[in-house]
Amino acid sequence: MKRVVYREWRIPPERYWSLLGFLAALIGIAALSFGYMEHQGHWVSGMNNSVVWGTPHVFAVFLIIAASGALNIASIGTVFKKPIYKPLGRLSGLLAVAMLMGGLLVLVMDLGRPERLIVAMTNYNFSSIFAWNIFLYTGFMAIVIAYLWSMADRQGGPFNYPIGILALVWRLALTTGTGSIFGFLVARQAYDAAILGPMFVALSFAYGLAVFMLVLMFGFEEEGRPIGPRMMRRLRNLLALFIGIALYFTLIYHLTNLYMAKHDSLEHWLLLSGGIYTVLFWVGWILVGSLAPMWILYHPALSQKREWIIGACALVIVGGFSAMYVIIIGSQAFPMAMFPGHTILESGFADGVNGAAAPYWPTIPEILLGIGGVAVALLITAVGVRVLQFMPESLADDVVAPDEETLDAAPFAKPA
Amino acid sequence: MNENATRIASTSDETPASTVDAGRRGFIGTAAGLSAAALVAPGVFLHSVSADPRTEPVTDSVRWGLLIDTAKCADGCSACVDACNRENGLDLQEPHGSESKWEHQKAVWIRKVKLQDNQTGRITNLPMMCQHCEHPPCVDVCPTGASFKRADGIVMVDRHLCIGCRYCMMACPYKARSFIHQPTTGQLTAVPRGKGCVESCNLCVHRRDNGEESTACVDACAQEGHGAIVFGDLKDPDSTISQRLREIPSRQIREDLVLNTGVRYAGV
Repeated sequence: MKRVVYREWRIPPERYWSLLGFLAALIGIAALSFGYMEHQGHWVSGMNNSVVWGTPHVFAVFLIIAASGALNIASIGTVFKKPIYKPLGRLSGLLAVAMLMGGLLVLVMDLGRPERLIVAMTNYNFSSIFAWNIFLYTGFMAIVIAYLWSMADRQGGPFNYPIGILALVWRLALTTGTGSIFGFLVARQAYDAAILGPMFVALSFAYGLAVFMLVLMFGFEEEGRPIGPRMMRRLRNLLALFIGIALYFTLIYHLTNLYMAKHDSLEHWLLLSGGIYTVLFWVGWILVGSLAPMWILYHPALSQKREWIIGACALVIVGGFSAMYVIIIGSQAFPMAMFPGHTILESGFADGVNGAAAPYWPTIPEILLGIGGVAVALLITAVGVRVLQFMPESLADDVVAPDEETLDAAPFAKPA
Repeated sequence: MNENATRIASTSDETPASTVDAGRRGFIGTAAGLSAAALVAPGVFLHSVSADPRTEPVTDSVRWGLLIDTAKCADGCSACVDACNRENGLDLQEPHGSESKWEHQKAVWIRKVKLQDNQTGRITNLPMMCQHCEHPPCVDVCPTGASFKRADGIVMVDRHLCIGCRYCMMACPYKARSFIHQPTTGQLTAVPRGKGCVESCNLCVHRRDNGEESTACVDACAQEGHGAIVFGDLKDPDSTISQRLREIPSRQIREDLVLNTGVRYAGV
């Protein structure tokens, strides 16, 4: 095993600047979309009084939970002491901060009164999980930045482990908090489930790792840095495992709902007759986003091929967006059960007349705003790896540590 | 005084660099005080003249509520909805976008709902609005505290604190809240509204603050001759609403959530 050397991302300037220009253009378009929605009011979006959170929230929540998931790699190296993951720690931290920033920006840009952000910073209602999340999010950024310092600076070395533990605990709290934004809403049937907190943690594992792997492979490929088969095998197997965990929580969530008679109508609608939401659930979330990538990642031949692994990561991300769309928008579209045992024949406010779901179609400005958040995350990452030493020069088999966990610890018995 | 002046003068003779003309300072001070008083006094005076119910803090000696007798609520009648829209300036909303989309984006504080019992086929008409819960989920979830409950039980939105996150709309089990999706023009002085904020029925809070007796929907319903809605103080055992609640069976919508709503329904 050689010493791990970190180096700035030195792809040719024209390529780097065109990448940056492309991302900046996406951000500019998102800024225009924001200005348009803000100036006109939200009537230009697809959101309404029934589906109050729309596509921007799908992007924002995806980015936020993927951010906490991306930090897993650093945690595995530091807290769980797997030396093979150590060289990936810095990029993992950077990506986590970048995605959180992107997600939060989208969330803030979608507020009805974004100019009152200062109000949210100065007036807190601590019975609101939203208010807690403001601290969880800003705290996460501060902790991860400290974490990065402890990884990169020689003086930070002794603090690396304690900060790593804090970061791990914090990211678990953050994702649970994000899930709890939905999990404790008694009003809506699909949300009234505390399992959404841990389920979001499970989903974050898979989404964060998928994004991380794509960024890692792209960054290394662009500059011709090698990733050895051993590292690839570890990441690949980890992703497959995470998808499995996410799938398990999804299964339990729906089985629980099916067991409770009062949620039958919701499950029947979502799983069978919910139109776009049913399609997104079965095709997007389950088939494309979970089963297909698992099949690829466990396939003896396909899992050896780089392109297929990239494909599997991309599918996980597609599945992630589908899952967010179903969880966030589908759950709002399903009518609220205000009058159990009754059918609403007429209503002056779209209360689900004859059980009809609330309408929602994303509009272009909403989608562009969401894409802008992704672009912000990638831009921060691209600038970060260019100017600072975030990426190891090589992840070839002869560079990365062997799989054993405690090489540097004193052996139990001296070799004969 | 003279003595003082002399003393200061003599001191100033000794240290000319740090002198202060006390006489001039006193004059400027008095002048400033007088002009400030002259500026503020009329305001204070006017304020005290128009004071009465508005300057008294709201207390929890009352809890405002509504009782809706669905047996009296007529099919096809929208008097309460129209009156609410007029009272709160919601009829001034200008449609934006397509008609079908606007139906879901316009602000609605009170709506008529027509229900059919799945087992018996019995049809019920009723108005739905903010239920003014004792334990309102919208207040729990609001990150800034913009969504709040007054001491007299009215749940409403502080439009200066609302950042438009819509979390309260996610949390409300009655779909009682609306987000203002479009720019507002020509609003009423008593009911200021603004794009990007959330709003809902506030039991005609401006009428409460002016010491008036009833709400717009209640008046309209009575005027139509239905009298299906009763407004009053739930804490006063002698109020009409308390007496009616004692006489007829009533319930809360989504009683399972134990929110102790201020709006009660009979015949559902």
